[in-house]
Amino acid sequence: MQGESNEAWGLAHHFDSYDQQREASYLGMWVFLVTEIMFFGGLFTAYIVYRSSQGAAFALGSHELDITLGAINTAVLIGSSLTMALAVWAAQTGRRKAIVGFILATILLGGVFLGIKVVEYSAKFEHHLVPGPNFHWNGPEASGVEMFFNLYFLMTGLHAAHMVIGIGILLVVAVLAWRGAFTPENHNLVEGVGLYWHFVDIVWIFLFPLLYLLGRNIQV
Amino acid sequence: MSDTVTTPARRRNYLNADYGIKSWLLTQDHKRIAILYLVSITFFFVLGGVMAALIRVELATPLGDMVEPDTYNRLFTAHGVLMVFLFLIPSIPAVLGNFLIPLMIGAKDLAFPKLNLGSWYVYNLGAVLMVVALLRGGTDTGWTFYTPYSSTFADSEVILTALGAFVVGFSSIMTGLNFIVTIHRMRAPGLTWFRLPLFVWAHYGTSLIQILGTPVVAIAILLVAAERLLHIGIFDPALGGDPVLFQHLFWFYSHPAVYIMILPSMGVISELITAFSRKRIFGYKFVAFSSLAIAVLGFLVWGHHLFVSSQSIYAGLIFSVLSMLVAVPSAVKTFNWTATLYQGSISWQTPMIYALGFIGLFVIGGLTGTMLATLGIDMHVHDTYFVVAHFHYIMVGGAIMAYLGGLHFWWPKITGRMYSVFWSRISAGLIFFGFNLTFFPQFLLGYMGMPRRYHAYPEEFQILNVLSSAGATILGVGYLLPLIYFTWSMRYGERASDNPWGAYGLEWETSSPPPTFNFDEPPVVTTEAYDYLAMRDKRVA
Amino acid sequence: MRKNVPLFPEQASTLAGEVDALYLTFLGISVFFGLLVAGLVIFFAIRFRRRSPDEIGRPEKAGILLEIIWSVIPLAILLIMFAWGAKVYVEAFRPPGNAVEYFVTAKQWMWKFQHPQGNREINVLHVPLGQPIRLTMTSEDVIHSFFVPAFRVKADVLPGRYTTVWFEASKVGTFHLFCAEYCGAEHSVMGGDIVVMNPADYELWLAGRDSGPSVVASGEELFRVKACNTCHRPDSATLAPILHGIFGEEAEFQDGSTQIVDENYIRESILNPTAKLVKGYKPLMPTYKGQLTEEEVLQLIGYIKSLASDATESQGTVPASGSPALDSDEG
Repeated sequence: MQGESNEAWGLAHHFDSYDQQREASYLGMWVFLVTEIMFFGGLFTAYIVYRSSQGAAFALGSHELDITLGAINTAVLIGSSLTMALAVWAAQTGRRKAIVGFILATILLGGVFLGIKVVEYSAKFEHHLVPGPNFHWNGPEASGVEMFFNLYFLMTGLHAAHMVIGIGILLVVAVLAWRGAFTPENHNLVEGVGLYWHFVDIVWIFLFPLLYLLGRNIQV
Repeated sequence: MSDTVTTPARRRNYLNADYGIKSWLLTQDHKRIAILYLVSITFFFVLGGVMAALIRVELATPLGDMVEPDTYNRLFTAHGVLMVFLFLIPSIPAVLGNFLIPLMIGAKDLAFPKLNLGSWYVYNLGAVLMVVALLRGGTDTGWTFYTPYSSTFADSEVILTALGAFVVGFSSIMTGLNFIVTIHRMRAPGLTWFRLPLFVWAHYGTSLIQILGTPVVAIAILLVAAERLLHIGIFDPALGGDPVLFQHLFWFYSHPAVYIMILPSMGVISELITAFSRKRIFGYKFVAFSSLAIAVLGFLVWGHHLFVSSQSIYAGLIFSVLSMLVAVPSAVKTFNWTATLYQGSISWQTPMIYALGFIGLFVIGGLTGTMLATLGIDMHVHDTYFVVAHFHYIMVGGAIMAYLGGLHFWWPKITGRMYSVFWSRISAGLIFFGFNLTFFPQFLLGYMGMPRRYHAYPEEFQILNVLSSAGATILGVGYLLPLIYFTWSMRYGERASDNPWGAYGLEWETSSPPPTFNFDEPPVVTTEAYDYLAMRDKRVA
Repeated sequence: MRKNVPLFPEQASTLAGEVDALYLTFLGISVFFGLLVAGLVIFFAIRFRRRSPDEIGRPEKAGILLEIIWSVIPLAILLIMFAWGAKVYVEAFRPPGNAVEYFVTAKQWMWKFQHPQGNREINVLHVPLGQPIRLTMTSEDVIHSFFVPAFRVKADVLPGRYTTVWFEASKVGTFHLFCAEYCGAEHSVMGGDIVVMNPADYELWLAGRDSGPSVVASGEELFRVKACNTCHRPDSATLAPILHGIFGEEAEFQDGSTQIVDENYIRESILNPTAKLVKGYKPLMPTYKGQLTEEEVLQLIGYIKSLASDATESQGTVPASGSPALDSDEG
């Protein structure tokens, strides 16, 4: 998105100054993140509605999730936000190699997150907990538990899709950074991607307790 | 406003700056992108109009003897989907807004030109998905996609159409985002918020709705598609899902979407009324803030679509009273427009005829809207032709009248040509008359109890239906005329001066058509909005 | 009347007059404001038409007072109309205590009715004049909507839960029934007739056909056939809660939460018994999902509602119209 205004990574023809260009680019990113919040908001609404009507089933469902892997992933993602923030700092201070290094670290951590997610998903697949015709549940509340896993896969799946897109953009940014496209005056793209990455991180900060932790206190 | 034409033929402008198909398809000029949008939405308007014509022919007789019921259901679904997603939502923002906002605020372009071009491609991608769905037999869920019919029972191209709507939604988000950033960051020196044209204020409100509402319907539609494709039942009652949750998510966007369609129209009308009264608008700040009030309140009233959907009585009461509140800013606008006419210098040009017609139709549409918000009336007329008539008064009588009025007003600026005064007045008259004949009888039908989406109906409803179909024929002719004389004018029309109407506004200070970067000299604003006195003094000096 | 070309629907229920009074009043207000605006617009457009090409309008100072007046007056009128509309709406969705309960099951594309006396009808419903009638409705597939224009009532009919609507017919005759929520190919013919008869004629009509067992009797029969009575006994609460007199009372669950026992709760307890476990019981009850039709579930509910609170053997008598056994409040 940031690229829209940066022809030849300089000042685009329709802006009067770097300041105007930078402010436009940040505001654009923030507005974009607002739409993202509304996008996830629809799913969170569905979650709230069904959690309130089928709380017991949701508690059963969350017992099936691997809390250790979830906690590790939370730590990994927070770590990746740190490296992302450091990449932005490197761009602000004009350290070309440091930008590339921190972005690659961010990509690596993002990859670890997705890898762990694959492990979790395949375990669910083996236990027939993937909603659809193959879903199988040997206990009470089968339909409510299936609803829990509907939402689990939709919410974490949409989140993972955002991670994949983020990693793709980061790869491009890394190449551009290697070529020296960013200067302390003009590194809107790095900051914009940084905001996006932190946003995706924050979504997970909400997903983890809602899906893994809530309801664990109830003995079933 | 000099009447001597400054040899526009030889002047460089955005139209003759470059030629060839590539210079259009890869352009980043907001004015050219506006033209691209104009072509696209006109195509879908005609297509949606053909569907409407077929619907009205079918309803001329009570038996439903022209097409099969299933075909009829696909027709009205296609009509709704095409008109709402591919015509009404993008119409004024993507064509007139795209063209005019940078001109009106003295900018060279929108903040993100590539994003702007991208939005047009995204729009067309979504449109292609919908057209493919149509060619494969269409969808029969109605444009509202209510579950569980859409998710489990319908046997038609629901997924493709839903994905089309999903994709088109993103083009709408891109446009809204672009407008918000542009209006915040790109204004010319001296152009404070309260000097902005009301057209820009209205688009600011519209953009807020676009970025806040569209993602929610996107996710709701995505869930319907997922439910059909992957058999995961978020809305399926058989899995403990709640079909009414879909209605909540859908209307959380789609009611504000009504304001996406009508708010820009209000902006256009404010411009037309002032330009053809040559007078500052009465109560500028009230009109400006009423746009924001409508945008905000519009998000709190979605539940009035669910008064009879098993929603609790208390929810009904709250949504009813909130819906009453949203009528107030609309009333404020109407009264301010009327007061602006007082002691104006009123010219009966074609755009003004549209504007005055808009006020009349919008008042009817708005007042019947408050009737629908009244619980005791809604439980009788909900889902009847009363509702159909009401929203056509808003969307056709309101949005399309304003869109055409705006197109007639800014056509000289967009193309540098004038169109036939005679034919444009004839067509404005035909549209006004044909529209009322089409939709007024539907209010009566609705109160008598004819439900909407009916392919056949009891015979006592026939006379009113025949009147409505007759009106639709006149309306169709009325719409065809501008298509012809606008096309004609592009080649043969008289050349337009920079400011043919003597109107106030930055867009009239540059040449017709404008140069690629809009202004030869970056403009500086020193006067209040619509200050016709200052404009005259400047000219005399 | 139906053969003519009316411009206004018949009034055939006690509610119709109230809705019409509300509507016509609002229409009058709308016509007044519509003509006011249109008149002013036309008058100004002629009176202040442009006389010379260079003329400009005479700007006036903004009138704050005027802005306040034309915000507050419409707001006041709208709030009055809201209150009036709300009153009519609440009345329309709150059945009176003496309403007789009929069951409605909708499916693509027909309406199935069952009278409390047991008679079943499809697409035609006979009802007595002057008797408040409450419909408990559900759908077997998609969302439908029960709409009788002459009665001015409408309520959506949803799959998987019950909705209610009530009316009291005030005019003998045959009136249209429409499905008002789009439901698929034959939506426009998913209608029928509501036949309003004098009470005496209605009794004759009922008597003139084989009604079959009443709703309560069918429910009782099912209760035995499905072996519900092995655990739900009137005299012992060891295996399962006693069902006598629970309707309209509060049930307490394992997790401490409570709920008023209504139709939707009984339905859930039959089809998904472990969803809400009554305090002190184990999740022993099997689900009856797929083993009962929607109509059978309604019959069981009718039977459970008929069970008197003192656990006497109150089985299977056909209740007369308006019998206290069918009385129920909205819970």
